[in-house]
Amino acid sequence: MNMIADPREHLVVIGNGMAGMRTVEELLKQPLGRRYRITVFGAEPHVNYNRILLSSVLAGDKSVDEIVINSREWYEENGIRLYTGDAIKAIDREAKTVAAASGLKFSYHRLLIATGSRPLAPPIPGLGLPGVCAFRDIADVDKMLSAAKTHKRAVVIGGGLLGLEAAWGLKQRGMSVALVHLMPTLMERQLDAPAGQLLQRDLDRRGIAFFTNAQTEEIFGTERAEGVQLADGRSIPADLVVLAIGIRPNIDLARAAGLKVNRGIEVYDDMRTSDPDIFAVGECVEHRGQVFGLVAPLWDQAKVCAAHLAGDETAVFASQTLSTSLKITGVDVFSAGALMAADAADDEITLRDESRGLYKKIVLREGKLVGAVLYGDVADGNWYVKLMRDKADVSALRERLVFGRAFAEPGAELAAGSEFASMPDDTQICGCNGVCKGTIVAAIRDKKLASLSEVRAHTKASASCGQCTNLVEGLLAFAAVVDVKKVKKTLCECTEASHDEVRQAILAQNLKSMEAIRAAFSWKKKEGCHKCRPALNYYLLCAWPGEYRDDSRSRFVNERVHANIQKDGTYSVVPRMWGGLTTPKELHAIASVAEKFDIPTVKVTGGQRIDLLGVKKEDLPAVWSDLGKAGLVSGHAYGKALRTVKTCVGSEWCRFGTQDSTGLGVKIEKMCWGSWMPHKVKLAVSGCPRNCAEATIKDLGVVCVEAGYDIMVGGNGGVEVRVTDHLVRVATEEEVLEHTGAFLQLYREEAHYLERTAPWVARVSIAYVKKRILDDPEGRRALHARFLHSQSFVQDDPWNKRAKGAEAHEYSRLPALADA
Amino acid sequence: MNYDWKNVGPLENIPVQGARRLCFGHQGKPIAIFRTIEDGVFALIDECPHKQGPLSEGIICGDTVTCPLHNWVIGLKDGRALAPDDGGASTLPVRVVNGEIELGLPLTVEKAA
Repeated sequence: MNMIADPREHLVVIGNGMAGMRTVEELLKQPLGRRYRITVFGAEPHVNYNRILLSSVLAGDKSVDEIVINSREWYEENGIRLYTGDAIKAIDREAKTVAAASGLKFSYHRLLIATGSRPLAPPIPGLGLPGVCAFRDIADVDKMLSAAKTHKRAVVIGGGLLGLEAAWGLKQRGMSVALVHLMPTLMERQLDAPAGQLLQRDLDRRGIAFFTNAQTEEIFGTERAEGVQLADGRSIPADLVVLAIGIRPNIDLARAAGLKVNRGIEVYDDMRTSDPDIFAVGECVEHRGQVFGLVAPLWDQAKVCAAHLAGDETAVFASQTLSTSLKITGVDVFSAGALMAADAADDEITLRDESRGLYKKIVLREGKLVGAVLYGDVADGNWYVKLMRDKADVSALRERLVFGRAFAEPGAELAAGSEFASMPDDTQICGCNGVCKGTIVAAIRDKKLASLSEVRAHTKASASCGQCTNLVEGLLAFAAVVDVKKVKKTLCECTEASHDEVRQAILAQNLKSMEAIRAAFSWKKKEGCHKCRPALNYYLLCAWPGEYRDDSRSRFVNERVHANIQKDGTYSVVPRMWGGLTTPKELHAIASVAEKFDIPTVKVTGGQRIDLLGVKKEDLPAVWSDLGKAGLVSGHAYGKALRTVKTCVGSEWCRFGTQDSTGLGVKIEKMCWGSWMPHKVKLAVSGCPRNCAEATIKDLGVVCVEAGYDIMVGGNGGVEVRVTDHLVRVATEEEVLEHTGAFLQLYREEAHYLERTAPWVARVSIAYVKKRILDDPEGRRALHARFLHSQSFVQDDPWNKRAKGAEAHEYSRLPALADA
Repeated sequence: MNYDWKNVGPLENIPVQGARRLCFGHQGKPIAIFRTIEDGVFALIDECPHKQGPLSEGIICGDTVTCPLHNWVIGLKDGRALAPDDGGASTLPVRVVNGEIELGLPLTVEKAA
């Protein structure tokens, strides 16, 4: 050990986890931070990783590499000595040395203890059996993943944040999962009973079995874990048992060193322990009686600790109101502060919308907000937290507060959002167009932008998929130098009317042309614009099938010419392959067309068909004519229309298939092809729950089971992945067709133009869809009948007509007469 | 300025609120002729100033056309992109004589001589 050569003081860090390393990172940022030589000991064999994201690794959303915070190169670049897989076994405060398990011994000037926490284990027999693990580190996740590969049944003990994320991850990995929880409701420390019950209901629907009020008595098994015995006599078979009942600060080392400990290592506001040369941060500490399990206060501790290490004696740690959210896709839970009124002087205000699965509760004390529990819609969570932290007087907002910020402070989301102040300028806001915060803020300030549409126009941020719209609106509120216009969401800038108002008026006032609609709503532009014309054209087609005449001039080029325009102005051609089936004859025809017309790219699509890319516009009718001779028709791959019905091979070939999924897919596609929709629609039929056709991320998916057919709706695999909601299980193919037709017609009649089924179902709620499709059989049959009626006018191959000369002007150029 | 007026066919060849591309170009670039709802006729180089999208395939409203690639709105009279987008497509003189469209190409030096 060559210590004399380096004149700097030596900082030894015990623990290579999130809190310890964040402190080191903060220290390196400090002007005097480089005064230390730093040595880090980690008990785990890995570099520093983001423990919070272990649940994402378990669920398969991220790889271990993706959750690494600092690579070995980072340690090297910063001159940090790192010993992984080597735990410190003793601290000698007299000699100021630490000794590691490997025998290494170092002296220190300052010591930072960041030993984190340990999983709590219940005092029950069977904990040592193979197949029992905690959910704390990468090794635990490895154990769970390998069990998921070879075994089927898992039991998770503990219904808190960690246990639920473990259960969901194992479910995602294909295991059947039961969750045992000691308390009557889930996440009882973060959620009140109604929210906990909603959570249980939703996860139960996603296939996790719950045992609440359940005390585990024993994990039984001989060679490995075979199940869990509950105190009430029930027993649950299991190949894997995961313990996630909680954590306790890891204080053994500190206690042995004679530092003051209680539940955790006691620290003062400057993060010093009872020994002024020894600091502690993270889950191992106790500050003013509080211990920590969430990440936000750890970051604050790291900052304060780093400041003191660097010589700034003024920094003070104060624990803030904490908020919690759950990392389970599609389950929105948020809580902060008090869960319920502490006494009669406190007020609780609750909002409950059963059919939408919404629940909100706020707790008020002396005119101030002290707690919030949100389920289903958590958008206002950070606002509530801010009100709590600011100790803002909310008595004037009392009646409206529970409805969220938009109602409580109309125009107030326009007030500065503190979250944006701390956001670095290079944070990418719009992934589609690659626009960063700095660019957006500069445009808003320099060009004095005052509305979302102006920001979109100038920066393109949120102008593509729109997923970042809320962020961009927030930035606008944060950075605007002029008054921001709060505008009603209108159909387009030509009108004050919304999509819904227009759709209702078309039926109520018998409006049968675009001119009539524009007159009824006093459109600002006589001819409308490129946004409203395609929408109105669709709404009229949907309302008056067979009667309204499609206006090709109001169609986007792809739908007008029945091919997909590419960036170089050529087109792509995708013939329909019913249920993904094709024949040698069709493949021959496709091959010869590709050769004859010199088509540069032939690609198999995600929808189980073949895309011919780079076709010249003039060649389209001839290409279609050749394809048509082999029986191939338009796949409508270019339209806001039914695209594909993807299938797996089903019971005809597959040893797992329960029903004829391919045959059913073809039947569905035969019923639905040619239909115009508010947006594109993709369907799928899987022959068994293995779901090879990926039916659960489709607009409508059918998953065959022995007992019949599960119909799932509102999924999307695009920009924002959304898993379908379960609509119904039916027994026959006829019922599948009827429900499918009814669902598609409901979507056609009620969604906004350019709204996919996923955001539509999310907007109107699956409960509403069920009310219309399931609770009202007569209504369902009427919807289905209207769908079929509408189909009778459109199931006429558009390619065939055009191959025979229809709309010829679309595909030829203007001849130059004279002497050109 | 004098133009070499070329007859490019009758007005009916172009759908109302529509456009056609010519089978010859100008300085190596394609030409599009537009017809508005009020039978206004305009000629532009058929390239959006943004990413060279074919303007002749766009939706025509009043005297503007929306590029099909990224929705830039281009004025047919002057070829200028509507703010906040900025840029322009070149216009060409065009007239309708006895129901026939005539496109004015600048006279080349040889022809003018």
